[in-house]
Amino acid sequence: MENVNLIGPQLLLMAVGGLLLICDAFAGLLGARRWMAWYVVGTPGLALLGGLGSLLWAVAHAATDTRGSAFFDTYVLDDFSLFFAVLFAGVVIAVVLFSVDYLRGNRHQAEYYALVLASAAGLMFLAGARDLIAIFVALELTSICQFILAGFLKDDRSSEAGIKYLLLGAVAAALTLYGMALLFGLSGSTSLEGIARAAAEADDQRLGFVLASVLLAAGLGFKMAIVPFQMWVPDVYQGAPTPVTGYLSVGSKAAGFAVAARVFVEGLGQGAIAPDWATMFAVLSVLSMTLGNVVALVQNDIKRLLGYSSIAQAGYFLIGLAAVAAGEPQVELGLGGLLFFAASYAFTNLGAFACVIAISQRIRSDSIADYTGMARRSPLLALALTLCLVSLTGIPPTAGFVAKLYIFNAAVQADLVWLAIAGVINSVISAYYYLRIVLNMYVGEPVSPEPVRPTPLLAVATAAAVAGLLVLGVFPFPVIDAAEAAARAFS
Amino acid sequence: MLSFMTFFPLAGAVAVALLPRAREAWARWLALAVSLVVLACALALFAAYDRDGAQFQFVDAHTWISSEVAPFTVRYLLGVDGLSLPLVVLTAFLATVAVLVSWNIELRPREYFAWLLVLETSLLGVFSSLDLVLFFLFFELELLPMYFLISIWGTGRRVYSAWKYVLFTFFGSAFMLVGILALGFAAGTFDMRELQEMGPLREAVVPAAVIFAFLMVAFGIKLPVVPLHTWLPDAHTDAPTAVSVILAGVLLKMGGYGILRLCFSILPDVARDASLFLAAFAALSILYGALVTLMQQDLKRLIAYSSVSHMGYVLLGASALGTVGLTGAAMQMFTHGLITGLLFVMVGLVYDRTHTRAIPELSGLAHRMPYVATVMAIAGLASLGLPSLAGFVSEMTVFLGTFPQHQLLTVLGVMGVLLAAGYILWMVQRVFWGEPSPRWQGIGDAVAWWERVPTLALVAVILLVGIYPAVVMDLFERGVLPIASRLG
Repeated sequence: MENVNLIGPQLLLMAVGGLLLICDAFAGLLGARRWMAWYVVGTPGLALLGGLGSLLWAVAHAATDTRGSAFFDTYVLDDFSLFFAVLFAGVVIAVVLFSVDYLRGNRHQAEYYALVLASAAGLMFLAGARDLIAIFVALELTSICQFILAGFLKDDRSSEAGIKYLLLGAVAAALTLYGMALLFGLSGSTSLEGIARAAAEADDQRLGFVLASVLLAAGLGFKMAIVPFQMWVPDVYQGAPTPVTGYLSVGSKAAGFAVAARVFVEGLGQGAIAPDWATMFAVLSVLSMTLGNVVALVQNDIKRLLGYSSIAQAGYFLIGLAAVAAGEPQVELGLGGLLFFAASYAFTNLGAFACVIAISQRIRSDSIADYTGMARRSPLLALALTLCLVSLTGIPPTAGFVAKLYIFNAAVQADLVWLAIAGVINSVISAYYYLRIVLNMYVGEPVSPEPVRPTPLLAVATAAAVAGLLVLGVFPFPVIDAAEAAARAFS
Repeated sequence: MLSFMTFFPLAGAVAVALLPRAREAWARWLALAVSLVVLACALALFAAYDRDGAQFQFVDAHTWISSEVAPFTVRYLLGVDGLSLPLVVLTAFLATVAVLVSWNIELRPREYFAWLLVLETSLLGVFSSLDLVLFFLFFELELLPMYFLISIWGTGRRVYSAWKYVLFTFFGSAFMLVGILALGFAAGTFDMRELQEMGPLREAVVPAAVIFAFLMVAFGIKLPVVPLHTWLPDAHTDAPTAVSVILAGVLLKMGGYGILRLCFSILPDVARDASLFLAAFAALSILYGALVTLMQQDLKRLIAYSSVSHMGYVLLGASALGTVGLTGAAMQMFTHGLITGLLFVMVGLVYDRTHTRAIPELSGLAHRMPYVATVMAIAGLASLGLPSLAGFVSEMTVFLGTFPQHQLLTVLGVMGVLLAAGYILWMVQRVFWGEPSPRWQGIGDAVAWWERVPTLALVAVILLVGIYPAVVMDLFERGVLPIASRLG
């Protein structure tokens, strides 16, 4: 029973997902009117309740200091996994809010929400898994759900996105598995603790460990969407239903970083190989930031642009990971930076996607040119999108600024000054394309005078995200403290 | 009090922006009321500042970002000293002038006045923030209103000029951000007061000389220093009158202020080594700016280039490193703000009536608009440094301070004054005297109250500072003393 409580937030999501599927099977018997009610209110309402319940459960864990490990130490509920559990529950709620209007009229809503909930449970498991097998199972749980979600619209673009995601995802899973197999062979254990013990004293097997970490980085890099494992990002982001794109860009990415932090810091953080993978992540970070930003400069489709921007943002996450073990290791500072960045990025990017969904739904276009003059068609949406883009650029008083400040500080303290400078230069490059959208919205004549209004649910999601990114920007202590407490779980 | 004053225009901007469409005409009155309240606050602070008390007064401090693990804190920290207080007053004054000279804006007035007030908040914030991160925040905030004001309400190639301005400033900001972060992370604090007191920095995340150079690039673009000045003529020329006034009057001073406050106070050792180098760039700016000014055919462009030349004196005075030179530099910022502000107002008045700024087309305007011609002549004489007007005091002090240090370069700098006499008098001669052209038969003088009040107020202050410079000079002297003692 104790174990069940520990994985409560996940279990609840899975249970609600299952309930949705079962109810949906019998909904046809209800008669046409009730059946409609089920579709319009019941499905999203139930999914939303699942997300809220999960969030409350995770918050209750945090408030009552419930911690511990479960299932023979393959899953652990510590400050770190709890931080992500709260984050992912929030993401699920946002994604449900995004989807309601997007899916209006779609007959397979129940499956859609069930998949979202199940994959979110997988994300939560990922953040707390301490055993290679558990990690792999959780990884597949989220991935398979997301493959289906990406192809959910069944039109050309969406199907292409689904297939592409599936194929590249399979390759990534194979790489991950190969790396895990190597680790198991080298250490004789699948638990991160056992691997840590072996890694700490395995100077003669260094090459093997390095190879394993390269393979793992490649496999997990696919989830994190970092260069050079980013090829799928633009096409999948563009083709997938926009709420799913938002989900992939925030939930999936954050989970990738959570599991990478767990595997690399807890499993491979000790011993001679730590500086090696830190250097690797530092290099990948610069590549991600630079490639993401430079290619984003020439994008004309807002979803593709946000895709490349998310690759660049992944580069900033990686700075935190590199600072954990490079030069003068800064475990708490680096991980704290990564976690705070994840929280800030979640609010910011979800807010941006909420605005994009609200606007695109009305104007039926993802082209940035069609955003011209949006400030006059919808002053509030334009303002919200502006704040999100400002936060992505890293300009105060928004969360993005505090997050970047924190993570650059981690890099400097870890003697990675060059990496911090690369990050700052990249922020400046990114300002060009983010602010270009802003200026586009405020200067110039609107394409059509027709006003754009978000639906109430989207308005709530947007307002919450914007409020979050402003609060994190002006009053960041509570989250910084939580992030640092979570980072201490590994030390 | 300081916080209230800084953010009141922002609140005012929101109020102006939210006015209903039917009440659009109220926007200017509301903006005027807000800017007058701020001006009153600024004057109250000016009067209440204890000249024998602590260096920084009216301090508002709250912790903003701190971490248990990371050795750094960012604070919300506002406060003024002798160096920044007069600049705050100047900002509040010129903002009021800017509202008045925009009185007949017809295009989207609510947005226009809202952006103008946002601009005021950012400028007040730059001069009163004592935390590097907060300073950077306000320094960047200014870009947004400037972009919109130039690109929507400007003239000529306004979008191009606005972009050029933003890109130049952003380029400099990137360097400044690296410099600020390097300073803050090395010292563990972003508090300018603590950074000043600190000895040489923990060796080194980034060498101090590199930080100094990075900050100088950012402020050099703003000041501007030749060869980083090319954004300025475009932005000035294409901006609406009020924005030119603010741009020349206050924005350029952010550069000079940053040099004194950040580069010189926090990194005095590097400043000492760089003195000759800075003086050389100053002389280059003065002479190059003056020579190019002589060739200008567009009234606004002419005054814009004269700003390049005049801001060279700020750098020249600063490069002397002594109390006199630094006071001169600070005074030059203040007086140039008044004088060039007035010149731009007058050019705006001329343009409103003639719809041209091409000097060859204008002739004998004094017959048609005696008031404009008189005030323009006063402003011009002040600009070329006529004794008893404000410009003389500051330029004189700069030269007095610099001569012992860099004799040859000071002499070159004085040449700039001669050239200034040339281009100013020549311009006044061509535009206002000479044969009255029949083309300007029907135009009238500036008679509206909103044209007369700001110009007369500016003339009065220019006279006051010229005859009794101690009003602000005492304060500036007190402000630069701690900096000079660190440099000495």
